[in-house]
Amino acid sequence: MTPESTAGTTASKGTIRVLQLYPREMNIYGDWGNALVLQQRLKWHGYTPELLEYNVGDEFPEGVDIILGGGGQDSGQLVIQDDLQSRSSLLKGMAEEGTPMLLICGLYQLFGRFFKTRSGPVIPGIGVLDVETHGTDERLIGNVKVTTAEFGEVLGYENHSGQTTLGPGVEPLGTVAKGTGNNSSDGQEGARYRNIVASYLHGSLLPKNPAIADFLIRTAVERKYGTFTPGEADDRFAVLAREHAARRPR
Amino acid sequence: MFSLSVPLGKFVRRVSRLRGGGSALPGLVVEKIDPGFMQRTLSTLPHGVAVVSGTNGKTTTTKMVVELLESQGLKVFTNRTGSNFTRGVAAALIGDVDWRGRLEADIAVLELDEAHAVHFVNRVPPRYSLLLNVLRDQLDRFGEIDKTAQLLQHIASKTTGTVVLNREDPRVARIAGTLQGPEVLYFGLDDSLLGTFPSDDELRAGPGSPVPAVPQRPQADVVLRRVGADDADFEYDGVTVTTGMKLRGVYNIFNAAAALALARSICGSGAATADHGTLLKALSEVAPAFGRGESLTVDGLPLDLVLVKNPSGFRLGLKSFPSGGYATMIAINDNYADGRDMSWLWDVDFDSLRADGVDQVSGSRAYDMALRLQYDEVQIGAVDTDIPAALADFIRKGKGKPKRVFCTYTAMLAIRRELSKITTVEVVS
Ligand SMILES: [Zn+2]
Repeated sequence: MTPESTAGTTASKGTIRVLQLYPREMNIYGDWGNALVLQQRLKWHGYTPELLEYNVGDEFPEGVDIILGGGGQDSGQLVIQDDLQSRSSLLKGMAEEGTPMLLICGLYQLFGRFFKTRSGPVIPGIGVLDVETHGTDERLIGNVKVTTAEFGEVLGYENHSGQTTLGPGVEPLGTVAKGTGNNSSDGQEGARYRNIVASYLHGSLLPKNPAIADFLIRTAVERKYGTFTPGEADDRFAVLAREHAARRPR
Repeated sequence: MFSLSVPLGKFVRRVSRLRGGGSALPGLVVEKIDPGFMQRTLSTLPHGVAVVSGTNGKTTTTKMVVELLESQGLKVFTNRTGSNFTRGVAAALIGDVDWRGRLEADIAVLELDEAHAVHFVNRVPPRYSLLLNVLRDQLDRFGEIDKTAQLLQHIASKTTGTVVLNREDPRVARIAGTLQGPEVLYFGLDDSLLGTFPSDDELRAGPGSPVPAVPQRPQADVVLRRVGADDADFEYDGVTVTTGMKLRGVYNIFNAAAALALARSICGSGAATADHGTLLKALSEVAPAFGRGESLTVDGLPLDLVLVKNPSGFRLGLKSFPSGGYATMIAINDNYADGRDMSWLWDVDFDSLRADGVDQVSGSRAYDMALRLQYDEVQIGAVDTDIPAALADFIRKGKGKPKRVFCTYTAMLAIRRELSKITTVEVVS
């Protein structure tokens, strides 16, 4: 666990603690970008970000406002598995209370009920999300465009061989317009539950989808301070990057 | 044994040369009519086959090994990088064998792309293999990094003589434990240089978090001890030697240690025993392979092209080539050969560019790059997805300053093409 606080330039409207889960093992394909974007946007909105890490064996920090989880190698998932199980009731409690969380790829899978690997063994998840994942021989790779009611068009890049199906307890994040998403059959991508956004999309996800970043920030601030007054965010490059990304081949 | 495939292949080669065609056709013809040709020809070489594989630096390292072996008087057959590995090797062989199908060479040194590794080593088990690194690169090709490690492991397991491994890359070093047959040698880094090669696993060990202890590492045959501005110290046989280096960038010089370890192993085990004087002289004269980072002259000032294709390569590039005093451009394409996934840009820290800013950003993913720089608070002069226009603007505004362009593979090709139009391009190294 490492606090890395950055003081706001003008009077801060308050501190928001962002916790990265297992960044040592689960940090693949640029998922660090999500932490960086939250850190900078919190500053733009006038808040003081405090970036924390939780790795295997660490003490779990107090007062966490936002949780971030990334993707990892299959081997990384095995390393964190026991530790994650030991934190399951804590994380479940935070999810039910409404803590905003962004869960990408590997941790999306492990926050579900289970991951049944292709070779047979079943990796238990922590059951925060009503989803299940089955390993396959097929790797789903490429640019993805998702249509969502809540965040507009969501753009990213998928790279996974586990296929996830949603149970009745969660909603999909959106409908796939390009790419594959959760699985190769139902045309849905990601999952929404309380204040959790779960998705297969790397890219990183948040830089090109500032609407999701600001949802996490607004929710965290409102839970902690009652109201959220946004600051100035310069999203000119984000808008252009989205336009160009949407036109690139799969 | 006389076979018709060789004269026929040579004939096709001549015809396709005359017509200005590529090199793959003769290889294809020979493969079709004589599938055992490549295997048979390579198996006659007195020192066998050596393969070089890994994510970063294959081309330059293969070139170094060839030049080191030639300095020891060996006749070396090698491949140029091309589209289809097996076919490319067959085509090159057709060019080099005599009319009876004999290859007049002592050894073949081949750059082996991970994608073709299994197919090739199953047919032609190498006597030597040199495995450089496993990094996040083109994950859209191989799925994931552990998969790439398995491909390298397969090369090692098929090697009959000596496997040379990067001691400092955990995924490569780990291969040693899976091997029974071949001898294992390592090349390594001085502890003081370990920090300049952060492994992908330590990308995000935040400040203050405990630094993982360096585990007990095996003895390395060649260790890179120090890197200077234009020289380097290597230790082998218990002695540290200093040699001038034309190569630039720490990662290139670490690959020189790799090449040295392989060349020493080959020369020591054969008839010729390595002569240190000529070996080091050859090492000092090695220049980077075409398109892997080169220095050109534009308006009388240097313009360096630095190839970046994965986070480790980009971070090393930024570290090896500080931005002070230079005009800087970054060109990021996402064509198939570059990799379509832009995620990797978020695994590179651009803080080192904050002081001087970036003058020009270009390529099909220019705005992804600009967005990345924005979040690292790096000032940007201009953004233009069109590479020719961006380059012209960059050269015009950067008059009187040396220049540096960090670019992905296809962006580099576009820039070279453009430079040859707008100015006399004189290749320095
Ligand atoms: Zn993934």
